[in-house]
Amino acid sequence: MDKTFSVVNQSVAKIDSKSLILGRPVYTDDMAPKDALVVKILRSPYAFAKIKTIDSSEAKAIKGVACVLDWRDVPRIPYTRAGQGHPEPSPHDRFILDQYVRFVGDEVAIVAAENEAIARQALKSIKVEYEVLEPVLDFEKAADNPIVIHPEKEIHDMFPIGFEPLRNIAAAYSMELGDVEATLGASDVVVDGSFTTQSQAHVATEPHAAFAYLDIHQRLVVYTSTQNPFHTRRLLGQALGFPLSRIRVVKPRIGGGFGGKQHVHVEPFVALVCLATGRPARCALSRREVFDATFCRHQMRIDMRIGASKDGKIKAIDMGVLSNTGAYGEHALTVFMVGGSKTLPLYNKVEAVRFGGKVVYTNTRSAGAFRGYGAVQGNFALESMIDELANKLGMDPIEIRKKNMVQEGESSDVYRVMGEGREGVEMVFESCKLDYCIDRGRALIGWDDEPLVRSIAPGKIRAKGMAIAMQGSGIPLVDMGSATLELQDGGCFKLRIGATDLGTGSDTILAQIAAEELGVPLASINVYASDTDHTPFDVGAYASSTTYVSGNAVLRAAKKMKSVLIQAVAQRHSISSDDVRFDGHNFLKSDGSVIQDLESLSLDTLYHDGEQMATLTATASFSGPKSPPPYVAGFAEIDLDTETGKIDLLRYVAVVDCGVAINPALARIQMEGGAMQGIGMALFENVKFDAKGRLLTNSLKTYSIPSREDVGQIIIEFAESYEPSGPFGAKSVAEVSIDSPPAAIANAVRNATGVRLTETPFTPERVLMAISDRGSALSGQ
Amino acid sequence: MTLSCTVNAKAVTVECEPGDILADVLRNAGFTEVKKACGTGNCGLCTVLLDGVPVASCSVVAARAQGRTITTIQGMAKEAEELGAYIAAEGAEQCGYCSPGFVLTALAMEKEFRDQGIRGFDRAAVKHYLAGNLCRCSGYQGHLRALEKYLEAQRG
Repeated sequence: MDKTFSVVNQSVAKIDSKSLILGRPVYTDDMAPKDALVVKILRSPYAFAKIKTIDSSEAKAIKGVACVLDWRDVPRIPYTRAGQGHPEPSPHDRFILDQYVRFVGDEVAIVAAENEAIARQALKSIKVEYEVLEPVLDFEKAADNPIVIHPEKEIHDMFPIGFEPLRNIAAAYSMELGDVEATLGASDVVVDGSFTTQSQAHVATEPHAAFAYLDIHQRLVVYTSTQNPFHTRRLLGQALGFPLSRIRVVKPRIGGGFGGKQHVHVEPFVALVCLATGRPARCALSRREVFDATFCRHQMRIDMRIGASKDGKIKAIDMGVLSNTGAYGEHALTVFMVGGSKTLPLYNKVEAVRFGGKVVYTNTRSAGAFRGYGAVQGNFALESMIDELANKLGMDPIEIRKKNMVQEGESSDVYRVMGEGREGVEMVFESCKLDYCIDRGRALIGWDDEPLVRSIAPGKIRAKGMAIAMQGSGIPLVDMGSATLELQDGGCFKLRIGATDLGTGSDTILAQIAAEELGVPLASINVYASDTDHTPFDVGAYASSTTYVSGNAVLRAAKKMKSVLIQAVAQRHSISSDDVRFDGHNFLKSDGSVIQDLESLSLDTLYHDGEQMATLTATASFSGPKSPPPYVAGFAEIDLDTETGKIDLLRYVAVVDCGVAINPALARIQMEGGAMQGIGMALFENVKFDAKGRLLTNSLKTYSIPSREDVGQIIIEFAESYEPSGPFGAKSVAEVSIDSPPAAIANAVRNATGVRLTETPFTPERVLMAISDRGSALSGQ
Repeated sequence: MTLSCTVNAKAVTVECEPGDILADVLRNAGFTEVKKACGTGNCGLCTVLLDGVPVASCSVVAARAQGRTITTIQGMAKEAEELGAYIAAEGAEQCGYCSPGFVLTALAMEKEFRDQGIRGFDRAAVKHYLAGNLCRCSGYQGHLRALEKYLEAQRG
């Protein structure tokens, strides 16, 4: 690799950083019009119920109440809230409001009032009589349960996804390559295990918020904290039965997403109120509402079997998944499929591999997209089992991985067969530095410096564990991004992108890509993003797509822009464009003489050139046939207290191959933050419901995300890597960061105690029970 | 009721209900730099200085601020920008939603440590002081790198 860069691969500060740090009014709720009606939602206290009667006459009579809407007042159009491509791979199984409520927190009525206090009073004045129904709360008992959560006739899938609502099944899928049973039967050793993961909450710090108003042309304008403004516009149009031509969606700065804002949540409510009253309307959820009634990670049970030969060659992998989509089927099929499609290719030399299972409805909050999206669940199961296999064979966990894992230049049949909700694509992994990641991580954690397990005090064991992981970079042939560059007077460029910066710094790195290709300083690129009226299409920020997909679109637009500039100069000076080059400041002839500079060109084309005057623009889109995986090797060092079961994570090392980091500081923060969320999932973020399906962990008092005191050091390093299909060699980093901690920590616990933890999070209670179970099992032998 | 207090060195008088929460009253009065996130006093995002002491304004009844001095991040913009530059160099503000509360608490910490004569960068003490300021994006490591450099620069 011999690449030198001047703007990319540099750790420049985020272009919006000063405004963010000083708390300028840049988030949705900061910007809501002062005269906007305050929208509040009446929510179901029951996990499953039919609304027998609803009387809002008293609420409507309160002075300052502008409108109250219930299921009888809204269009009965089934839609999906999942922000995905078209046709949506999620079932259309949701109405904006329905006569049935399907989880505690489900929406019953929409209230709009002059202020918050009146809106609250109105909520209390609505009289609802429910016929309380028996809920289905346990996802293990959901399929074919006599209680049917979705008997509605209108709901449907957009193409076959295994949708069988009368069996409480939102989606199902299976595939097999080779003969798994026969290959397992012929294997020298077989390990098996069953793993469960919790419905982790995103806890993006900014609660979901939106406001809507009618513009001067009476079009509906919605500002919202969304990860995908274009999908939101399409879904909103579907749900409201309102023409897309009359909807504009704008994303301001947003306070984190992690997948939690990849859906339509509050937009229909403010839109309905705005359309009903003609007045601006705003809605910001409380933290409790975010917990109770927005989405979570799909809870999963994953059953694994792996067969290998005595020398440690993995011959067959069998992965069966049961996924809990909650009350509605957002991302049901795709999250579940990613559980296999972004884990199984790690071991691509197997003779047989099988993946299958189903996604079931329950009367709990809906699951949706969440960073790692199936892959983190699948990785926990797969990478735990790989260590079990190593144990059974008496092999080093690193040795067994190196013997079997994917290598640069190879391919995976799983990639060909399984995509996200569709068939996959065939692709060669052109960049894979997993070998280096493992070796470097091994050195950083000190894998060989001391025994993997040692007693450091009575009742205290220090141990290490590791896991590897992969992810993707966008969804091949589905995800598309676009960019428009325009030369403005003064010689600067307007970069308009549909891409959605959710705090990650994508506006900055996309500007870096444009600046690098044009050869201009970063300050010459002015970014405007995420506005369906004023920026070109982009699917939005999910599936680790922005750097790779939107970045490639920006790169193409910048290449095009350069040639547009050169042609303009050539035409103005009646010379061949072959004789003109641009050095980022001046246009030069091949003999090195300066023709003119960029600033003068911008003035000439906009003010001086008579009939030849023109706005110089270039637009390009990108949708690739590949999704090059980033890779990570994660290493955990823990202290385990055998008296209390408490795990202290001392160090977490992750060495990542994300291709070229467009902005190493931002890539590093993504890795650190993602690892912390994976650590939270592994250790702290416990989800509890009561017997009636009420979420008990619905505040930051009861649901613990990691604080800065909870974890020791997170150490991130990057492998030198270059992805030929990526913009300036880049892949992605957002999701791969979260994948490895659960398995790496579980493997450290296994090394420490001999106990295999199979359920996240590894709370002290669970660890202690697992240790004592083993103790009693051993003493009973 | 009428609430009179000083916000960022300016006299502010607003009408509010006795039970209103300080964070809401401040936001409604235009101080939108006070961000709301948990509503239970657990995340530190809505931190303001009340007579110089960091408090979670979502857990303070507005009436308590009667006659007192409130400082938001905008009231310490110069210092915030200085520390902010270190945070931005690490990319550690990420979505930025926790930044105003975090930066304000960090500035209060810097002053407190200075007043107590604490020198150098005590990693554990810094982590402990700021433990109530949650961040979901960054994983906190970048905050620490920024604070270490900032505190060292402050001490000359």
